Amino acid sequence: MLIPVTDTAGAPFWEYADRGELRVQACGDCGVLRFPPRPCCPHCQSFASEWRPVSGRGRVWSFVVPHPPLLPDYAEQAPYNVVVVELAEDPGIRLVGNLVSGPGARLDSVDPARIRIGARVQAVFSGGLPQWVLA
Amino acid sequence: MAGPGFKDATAVVGIGQTAFAKHLPEDERTLACRAVLAALDDAGIAPGEVDAVASYTMEETDEVELAKAVGFGDLTFFSKVGYGGGGSCATVAHLAAAIAAGQATVGVAWRSRKRGSGPRPWTNTAVQLPTPAQWTRPFGLLRPADEIAMLTRRYMHEYGVTRDHLFNVALACRNRANQNPAAVMYERPLTREMYMTSRWISEPLCLYDNCLETDGALACVIVGRERARDCARQPVYVHAAAQGLPAQHHGMVNYWNDDPLTGPAWTAARHLWKHADITPDDVDVAQIYDAFTALIPLSLEGYGFCARGEGGAFTEQGALETGGRLPVNTGGGGLSEAYVHGFNLINEGVKQLRGTSTAQVPGAATCLVTAGEGVPTSALLLRS
Repeated sequence: MLIPVTDTAGAPFWEYADRGELRVQACGDCGVLRFPPRPCCPHCQSFASEWRPVSGRGRVWSFVVPHPPLLPDYAEQAPYNVVVVELAEDPGIRLVGNLVSGPGARLDSVDPARIRIGARVQAVFSGGLPQWVLA
Repeated sequence: MAGPGFKDATAVVGIGQTAFAKHLPEDERTLACRAVLAALDDAGIAPGEVDAVASYTMEETDEVELAKAVGFGDLTFFSKVGYGGGGSCATVAHLAAAIAAGQATVGVAWRSRKRGSGPRPWTNTAVQLPTPAQWTRPFGLLRPADEIAMLTRRYMHEYGVTRDHLFNVALACRNRANQNPAAVMYERPLTREMYMTSRWISEPLCLYDNCLETDGALACVIVGRERARDCARQPVYVHAAAQGLPAQHHGMVNYWNDDPLTGPAWTAARHLWKHADITPDDVDVAQIYDAFTALIPLSLEGYGFCARGEGGAFTEQGALETGGRLPVNTGGGGLSEAYVHGFNLINEGVKQLRGTSTAQVPGAATCLVTAGEGVPTSALLLRS
């Protein structure tokens, strides 16, 4: 499985995820949340930032079900789902992830026929990656 | 990019291409040379007169190799455009701007690619940039098809776009390919049953929603309008051109702004129409980038052929077919002629305005050509 190849701006997200915390970068001056993380605020151009805890509640914004050809570790679990979740705190902040039956479950552990845009989901963590379960 | 001094100041006077196939024996550099020389021969211009070139950042044959192989003269302008298929029209636009500004006199744009027999770029995990891949790839969103399928599902959900609408796109392209002996799918008709029962690639996109994987190369020659009058072929004028990178755009994973379904087409279109003498209603034929079927209805909205959310419905009643409201991809497009990062759409636009397409729109005098939607893009408005 691919692990996140991170960068300076994105590293804190993964450090918090490793501790089971979902946090989103916010401007240290104007306070606007932004994702993906970046060096400065596109609204006020401030370089000050903070990592704000969020509830982990959200809704499915869209989803796909990939089929092979895929990289081997993913082909082995295909067809699986990939979801984009919009966060309850700010629907403009959307995270890509997988809807699973529980923390650490396989990518194909939820029947794609059960997934709907708008479904309420909750973040869980496994191995440093956020995952999503139906709320 | 268009403005005072740009409009109709340059023209495409030569086009060239190799064969298209799943596998061609020659390497990319050789194919590039063949396409470029064919385009110059078509224009009646000697290689030694070329002083400007433009291609894609993803092009593997660089200017030095091409120039020394085919015998270009001294180059005073060379440019490469990023973002894969989003750069196709910009190669011509950069040359047109350079020539209009007096930086060069004879420009060649080209693309050579062995995507049919070569590796799929997404399988190389070593070269992935950390941003934004860290936010998508660990979760199995691996391929362009997966990334665009995500936007497609949302588009279908918000606006009632259906698989039949996407089929309409695939069918129009296939029907035109069936008229084009150079097309990979020349002898392979498509039916609705084939489409609806085909295997999935990334739901909601099936096999026929995805472009071909092709070996091939194409090129075209651009000169100033005065020079164009003396060339062997009827000039096809670059009436307007634009690039488009919208504010807060994120490429094919455009999931992180207020309106992910308003893509780069909208930005390019605003500039294009602002600098054109014509409107979308005046366009006789369009070549719209089609790496995936859903990009066509999204582009139809972006370029103003219909209102927001009406791109799916626009495809109904044969609108994209010959004789329809807007015939598109008359050579078969990336879906059914060849996928060479959209360069075949440029050359097909030129053929339409010369009157030499294998699916000629009678009297076509204006053609919109677009580059990849869903990535920083570009577009050309051509006229005879």
